Parts: sequence; C-alpha cells; structure tokens
Amino acid sequence: MLNAVKRKNLFVFLCVAPATLLFFIFMLYPTFSVFRMSFFERGAYSSKESYVAFENFKVLLSDGRFIRASQNTIFLIVAVTVITMILALAFAFFLTRDRILGGNFFRVIFYIPNILSVVVISGVFSAIYDADNGLLNSFLSAFGRKITVLWKGEDTVIYSLVIALVWQAVGYYMVMYMASMSAVPKSMYESASLDGASRFCEFFNITLPLIWTNLRTTLTFFIISTINMAFLFVKAMTSGGPNGASEVVLSFMYNQKDDGLYGYSMAAGVLIFIFSFLLSYVVNRVTKRRVLQF
Amino acid sequence: MKKFSLYKTVVYAVFTLLAIAVLVPVLWVFLASFKQNFEFYGNPWTFPEGLYFQNFTEAFKTAKMGEYMLSSVIVTALALVLVLVISLPAAYCLSRFSFWGNNVLNALFMAGLFINVNYIVVPIFLMLRDGDNILKNIFGSGFLLNNLFILALVYAATALPFTVYLLSSYFAGLPHDFEEAAYIDGAGYFETMVKIMFPLAKPSIITVILFNFLSFWNEYIISMTLLSKAGGTRTLPVGLMNLMQGQQAKAQYGIMYAGLVLVMLPTLILYISVQRKLTEGMTVGGVKG
Repeated sequence: MLNAVKRKNLFVFLCVAPATLLFFIFMLYPTFSVFRMSFFERGAYSSKESYVAFENFKVLLSDGRFIRASQNTIFLIVAVTVITMILALAFAFFLTRDRILGGNFFRVIFYIPNILSVVVISGVFSAIYDADNGLLNSFLSAFGRKITVLWKGEDTVIYSLVIALVWQAVGYYMVMYMASMSAVPKSMYESASLDGASRFCEFFNITLPLIWTNLRTTLTFFIISTINMAFLFVKAMTSGGPNGASEVVLSFMYNQKDDGLYGYSMAAGVLIFIFSFLLSYVVNRVTKRRVLQF
Repeated sequence: MKKFSLYKTVVYAVFTLLAIAVLVPVLWVFLASFKQNFEFYGNPWTFPEGLYFQNFTEAFKTAKMGEYMLSSVIVTALALVLVLVISLPAAYCLSRFSFWGNNVLNALFMAGLFINVNYIVVPIFLMLRDGDNILKNIFGSGFLLNNLFILALVYAATALPFTVYLLSSYFAGLPHDFEEAAYIDGAGYFETMVKIMFPLAKPSIITVILFNFLSFWNEYIISMTLLSKAGGTRTLPVGLMNLMQGQQAKAQYGIMYAGLVLVMLPTLILYISVQRKLTEGMTVGGVKG
C-alpha cells in the first residue's frame, strides 16, 4: 500500500500528465518550430533542412507580395478596430443606459454572426456582393438607376472585407462592453442627469472612464483577432484575389506552405507574430491611465 | 405620460436597421436554399416559387454533404469528449493542489491562450507528415494524416489552454469544505473529484462545452490542412468551401445554399436554445471591467 503523500502525488500526476503532454506536443513544440524553421530552408517533400540564418527574412522584406499583404493587414486592423469599437460602444451604451424596449431581443440578434462559421459568413457575403444579381447591388438599384459595382474587384475588395469583418465582430464586443457597463452604478447617471448632463456628456465623462480597463483589454483582442479573422475570411471568400488585392499576412504565409516554401512561410509567421506583439504592447502603453475605482 | 422624444426614435431606428442587416442575409440564405436554379438569374429579392427540396437531397448525395456531416459529427463529438476528459482532472489539480511545478504549468497554460492555431497549423502538419513517413518506413503505411481521430485530438489540444483556464478559475472559487467532508467520510482523491467536485462545476462545464462545440463545428483551417487526401473525407465547412468554389463555376446555386443551411442550422438551433448561457458565459472567468 502506498503512503498518503505518494498516493496524492500519483493522483496529481495522472490528472495533469495527459493535458501537459498534449499541450507540449501540439502547441508548445509547433510554436517553437515556427521560430526555429524561419532560419532554415526545408525540402518540399523531404525533411532535410539547411541553415540559412536571416536569408528568409531578407527575401521577405523585399517581396512585393508580402509588403502588399502587410499593408492590407495593417489597414484592416486599423479600420476594423475603429469602426467596430465605435459601433459596439454606442450600441452597448444605448442598451444599458436607456431601457430599450426589446433590448434583449436586439442583443440576441446582434450576437448571431459570432456563432456562424466563417465559411458560412463568406457564403452569405458572396450572395450580398455578387455583381449581377447580388443583394447589395439590386437593393441599391431600387433607388433609381441600375448599379453594378464590382464589390470584389481589385479596388473595392478590401473595403468589402472590412464590412464583413465588422458585421461579424460588432455583436461580440457589444456583449463584452455591456457586461462592464452594467457594473457602472446607476446613481452616477442619476446625479449627472440632475446636473443637466446630456447623454453625450454622460458617455464621455462617466461611462468611458469607468470601463477604460475593459476597453484596453479589447484593444489587444482587436489586434490579435483581426489578424486571424482576416485570414479566415480571405481564405474562404477571396483566396487573396484579385491580383493579391486582398492578401493578408497569414494567408500569404499559408500559401507559401502550399508551394513547399516552409522556411519562408514560417519567417512571415514570425514577423506578423512579433508585429502583433509589439503593436499590442505599444497600444497598451499609450492607453495607460490611472484605474478609477467605483 | 412620457413625452415623444426624437432621441429615442433615432436610437430605435438605428437598432432596427442593424437587426435587419444581421437577420436579412441569414434568412435570405434559408429562402435561397429552396430556390430552383433559374430563379437565381434576375431579382434576388423574390420568394422561392416553391419548396424545392431537391437542393438538399442533391447536396447530401452528389455533393457528399451527408458523408461530410457524419465526419463533422464524429470529429466534434470525439474532440469534445477528449477535451473534457483531459482538461477536467488537469484543471482540478492545477487549481486545488499544490505540487512541484504547479506555478510553471499554470503560467504555461496561460501563455497558451495567446498561441493561435493559424500560426502553428503548418508545423503541426509537417510534424504529422514526418511521423507518417517514419511509420511508412516501418509498417508500410502511415495513419497520422487524413485521420478523423487525430484531427479530433489536435482540436482538443488546441482548445486546452482556454478550457483549462476557464475550468480552473471556476474550481478555484469553490470552498474547500466539500473535499474535507468527503475525505473524512473515507472517499479517495479520485472519487471525491469525480463524484463531488465535477458535479459542482457543472455551470462552467456547460460553458466550456458550448464554446468548444461552436469552435470545433465551425473550424476549417486545421481540418483543411490535415484532411487533404484527394477523394478522402472532409468536415462540413471544408466540404462547403469546396462546394462554394466549385458550384459557382457550375452555377448550381441552390445546392450551395442548401449546403450553407446544413452547416449553420445546428449552431443556430443550439444558440436559440441556450443564448442566455452563451452571452453570459462569455464573461465567466474572462475579462471584467
């Protein structure tokens, strides 16, 4: 019979070991591989590798397709964050501050895009953006002359992506902001409105400062998730086309894998990873304020 | 009696517009799935002329969506079982026992929250392919790629950080009296954990099942990469994506929209039945302002 301490240790070991093992094999080791492989050249079909130091990165930084993909990614991060945040904040404020009739109904509806697969959303938006018989063009044509905008054309595709990404994300962030806004005590609003403050004034002087911590956290979420969601949408909706006009860094990275350029692909991954990390850090530093207690 | 206010009217108008912008495209897809092919040339804002169920039977048979659905069900169910069986005991021990390496493991799982699968899908693929090559040299055939069980295992592994984090923050909040009472009554560690503690954690377990179900059912990047054999099986979203890219060239819209309905219907039904849990669960153990 084992003694008590050994029994406890054995129990803990058996509980923790499977999770730890799986985590190391399928998450930590591949993450380590991304960084290691970016310094190597690897055969497309054999596992032979040769060390090339920073060669992959050098080629990458002068690759026009990669530069375009980076510009698109940065544009998407900024546009999606700004638009989604403003909309989500405004909706969350109205839903929590004014007891909107059917508020719960709206909340349920706005969250729907979040539970759909990106493939499904891409399908829905293909129907919307179709140039000949799309929902958007025929809706706009109803106001007069016939409109045939190529929503997935080379000049417009990136804006179409922004709309799809915002459509998908607004509900999620709205629910998130609502949770933190509902913690703001009602008495603050009451005394403010006694003093004659407008809704506008209330929002900027009470709500915004009090949910600032939550707002900062979501900024990091925005950066990380826009990089990822943009990839999912591009893969299912545009395949990076036309002519690379909608290519983003992660889809660029994935396509290099299809060509068998694994080291090159991983170097792109490393760069975007470092970029997202630095950007989150900078944004976090810039938005730092004294935490208000309430 | 309240005065009519312009402000409220504008707020309601904006909310209604946005609700329409969300609902209409989704409902439109449902209607479109009953349309015959010729109805797609012309005004899209019309109701289908009849309920053309053949789109669904066609999607099931010729587009193999039936087979893909079965694969999706198998993978999602397997991955859910795996992630629960593996992460529940781990989360319990990590949050309620102090042992050597406890803090390091907790920190590692936390760091795992920031590892996104999109970055590591290629190394996972290469690792499995190399493994397959080794197996081929020894046994003559490999089984790591194009295998539903391995796919489910990868899903479970990538969901571990989130699941362990959520469950252990819930376990950490439970009082220690339960375990002490159980030990005094002569229950062992394992019995206490399974019979006393797991039932107590039911709310967080439900949250975890909901979120993981949605992410496994909807996932397609890993699935697309690990199930790549020509003519082999696919999961539903990947099958749908191939259908979307293929059918637009062949102009068989009805079947494509039937496929869309097949993918989103299970998630919509689940959402409608448990929507409150889902939007509340989002803030369990997550960020709070």
